[in-house]
Amino acid sequence: MMSLHTAMLVGLLAPLVVAILTPFLAVRHVWRDAAGPIGGVITFIAAVHVALAVLDGETPRLFVAQIAEGLALEFAVTPLGAIFGLVASGLWILAALYSVGYMRGNHEKHQTRFAAFYAVAVHAAMAVAWSGNLLVLFVFYEILTFSTYPLVTHKESALARNAGRLYMSILVGTSVVLLLPAVVWVWLSTGTLDFRPGGYLAGQIDPAMAPILLALFAFGVGKAALMPIHRWLPAAMVAPTPVSALLHAVAVVKAGVFTILTVVVYVFGIDFLAETGAADWLVWLSAFTILASSMVAITKDDIKARLAYSTISQLSYIVLGAAIASSIAVQGATLHIVMHAAGKITLFFCAGAIYVQAHLTKISELDGQGREMPWVFAAFFIGALSIIGIPPLGGSWSKFMLMVGAVDSGYLVILGVLGLSSLLNVYYLLEPVSRGFFRPKVKTVEVTSHPLVVIPPVLTAILSLLLFFYVDFFAALAKLMVIS
Amino acid sequence: MMGAAILTNLPALLVVVPLLLAPFSAVLPIAGLAWVLALVGTGISFLAALMLQSVTENGVRISYHLGNWEPPWGIEFVVDSASSLTLVVMSGLGFLATLAARRLVAIEIADKDSGKFYAAWLLVVGGLFGLVMTADAFNLFVFLEISALASVILIGMGAGTDRRALVAGYHYLVIGAVGATFYVIGVGFIYAITGTLNMGDMASRLPDAAGGAALYVGFGFMVAGMLVKAAIFPVHIWLPAAYGYAPSAVSTMLAAIATKAALYVLARIFFTIFAGTPEIVDIALSNIIVPLAVGGIFVGTIMAIYEADIKKMFAHSSVAQIGYIALGLALATPAGISAGFIHIGNHALIKGGIFMAIGGFVAALGARASLETITGIGRRMPITATAFLICGLSLAGLPLTAGFISKLYLVRAILETDSYVILALVLISSALSVVYLWKVMEVMWMQPAPARSPKLVENPAIYLPLWMVALGNIWFGIDAGWIVGAARLAATALLGGGA
Repeated sequence: MMSLHTAMLVGLLAPLVVAILTPFLAVRHVWRDAAGPIGGVITFIAAVHVALAVLDGETPRLFVAQIAEGLALEFAVTPLGAIFGLVASGLWILAALYSVGYMRGNHEKHQTRFAAFYAVAVHAAMAVAWSGNLLVLFVFYEILTFSTYPLVTHKESALARNAGRLYMSILVGTSVVLLLPAVVWVWLSTGTLDFRPGGYLAGQIDPAMAPILLALFAFGVGKAALMPIHRWLPAAMVAPTPVSALLHAVAVVKAGVFTILTVVVYVFGIDFLAETGAADWLVWLSAFTILASSMVAITKDDIKARLAYSTISQLSYIVLGAAIASSIAVQGATLHIVMHAAGKITLFFCAGAIYVQAHLTKISELDGQGREMPWVFAAFFIGALSIIGIPPLGGSWSKFMLMVGAVDSGYLVILGVLGLSSLLNVYYLLEPVSRGFFRPKVKTVEVTSHPLVVIPPVLTAILSLLLFFYVDFFAALAKLMVIS
Repeated sequence: MMGAAILTNLPALLVVVPLLLAPFSAVLPIAGLAWVLALVGTGISFLAALMLQSVTENGVRISYHLGNWEPPWGIEFVVDSASSLTLVVMSGLGFLATLAARRLVAIEIADKDSGKFYAAWLLVVGGLFGLVMTADAFNLFVFLEISALASVILIGMGAGTDRRALVAGYHYLVIGAVGATFYVIGVGFIYAITGTLNMGDMASRLPDAAGGAALYVGFGFMVAGMLVKAAIFPVHIWLPAAYGYAPSAVSTMLAAIATKAALYVLARIFFTIFAGTPEIVDIALSNIIVPLAVGGIFVGTIMAIYEADIKKMFAHSSVAQIGYIALGLALATPAGISAGFIHIGNHALIKGGIFMAIGGFVAALGARASLETITGIGRRMPITATAFLICGLSLAGLPLTAGFISKLYLVRAILETDSYVILALVLISSALSVVYLWKVMEVMWMQPAPARSPKLVENPAIYLPLWMVALGNIWFGIDAGWIVGAARLAATALLGGGA
């Protein structure tokens, strides 16, 4: 059995090693393409090892360097970080497989560059997950942004470049102008940036200033795609679908909501927020984002654009849970990171599979295609049900807990918002499926079979189902977050 | 015996070696040899500075009497924690700038002028070291003139590629001369009151001397003169053109070390010479220097945003960064002065790297670097452009770079004095600086190179020293203990009173 220390090193470095080796392995495409999934498995094993230790009440630590007093370059895994690490590394295995099928099936150029930056992004996501303080979190948050830029602009078209510019300007801009000052503010008022159970801002900052500091975090973390700083996410959909699937449904956006949850739970402390009502405004803003982006999603005919707006909406569920700041809501939000990741990656995998196999990108063109690609549409159906929150799928747990949390804290209106949002979800997520299975064909296309893009969504759909029955593991970790 | 002689004479060595090597360099017919002399001169200075720093680390203050003449008749050099830190920064970056200069000079300066170029280079460096060490107010003027006149020669040599360098050099000559004259007039007044030119003696006699108006006038002239030299807003106007049109190697060296020396002298004037008359110092700092520093921060940043020429853009940015240093020093608290010293070191690393990289671009492009000509250069010159990016991130103050440490300690120092308005202004300006950095990075990395652009060659003679500086930015961003500790000692030494 490897030591915890080793496990952390492996989990952090394996993706980086994959990235560094990729150009050298490119002499044989098979080697290069095997590196991702193998790296994924290794990283995942390390992440499981670390998560089990966390479940035992340990805090795995990896100290790198002392920058100055109160500022360390250090990794330390919180229960929340253990969960995010598991999600990012576990889904990387499938996404790496899928990515091989997609890039090959689509005859994309620069596959080596793509694979290398993809692995760097996973490395950054793992480092964000396991970061030991706000400074480290910030650094890898930025590295995640920078490493995904070449992926977003992969096609090198004018459209991709413009999207990349928007992507960088919003994500880097908000983080440097708002998030960094927020981090410095915490350091100046407390002398530390560590994550501590129960938080530590209570008594350290003026409660009247708490909403402002929280706003710096909420808007500084552009990756959480809270309105009005959500525009980068639909723009990023110009990237090849494996990027949209792993990064813009899982690693990047979850790094955003992960940051907000971490700040709320381990820096502010939910008791402090609940007592002062400092997060009240965020409850309403996230509720607005949930509904508004669902409305926009309905109007989108492009599959990926619709999924992007759905993601914005679902991310705000997690922000909402953080903002309600009760024990149950925070646990629900944490579980939603897992559930939404499994569900949304399935949907993106399917969208990409439809594109690679039939070259369809619009929902209105899907009529009758379900019979041509039954596995893909079935997987899409299950993923959609999970995101809507229907039992027996994983997503029902997190939505249920969020609803209970909202009622517990007296936000009855939020209950209505969540209900309405689920209805909207039903409409815009199930429309592609119903068109695929129940409408006559409008377009005859040649469907070529690429198993490597079909198997991963089927597996993640099954995962969504399993998450309903085996939620205990994640629920236990989530519970550890709020026991101080 | 020899070793001991060298050790005791280290302060003199630091100045004398570069100054003595200069005439040899001027008559050397081979450009490469002149460069070697410059490298040896700055290298020896760097070693000497490091040794001095290790001696002064435990609070030792070295007083060196030139030619064994006792002060106040003879000239005294003083090396304490404050000057040794400044010297290490200046000589270190001076050495790296010299390393990178070989290739940059070969491209931009005619071979027959190289000898003179390196002679002027050594004079600038030696003069600046003297400026920092001397404890004699009039001797300081001499060093000021040595380095200023040699700087004018260096800036003017940019005329080979752009004639505007001549005008820039002329402006620097005239404005710099006004500054130096102001300073020496001020020294005259203080001499009249105290009857000494030794800074330490001035400091001890000033409180009892009934200076009256002469004291104010002398103080005002000395400070005003050094403000010009340090390029503090609004007397910074010579700087953007001087850095912008000087040969690339010269921009690198001047941006990294020249204004640092003047800032250090300003601190010496405030906290050493006039330590005994804190009332006028306090008034000048809080009512004049702090507003000017903040003004410079904004003017420099905004001018940089509207500038399309890359060298001038970062010259404007230097005006803003000098403002940050001046602001830290002007807070006059231990934390503020430490922050100022931290940024003296870190800004030298940042701007040294940035101007070296721009030099690399100019060398490869064979044209001035502007937003237009560097379009898409990230892919065409990845090694140089990546180092430039690192220095840019450091300038923006991102964590794990030296620039972050500077901002952090400056903000903390401002917060300690409860100056929330200044804090807000610093934060706003810091956010604004992202604008011009973004503009440059966007053009470099996110836009395609013009069609049919020729292949650009990156030269290791430029990018190796450049990467040393870039990695320095990361190193001192991760291991900030040394600079923070040294800066704290420097602040203690300065505020300790007397000289």
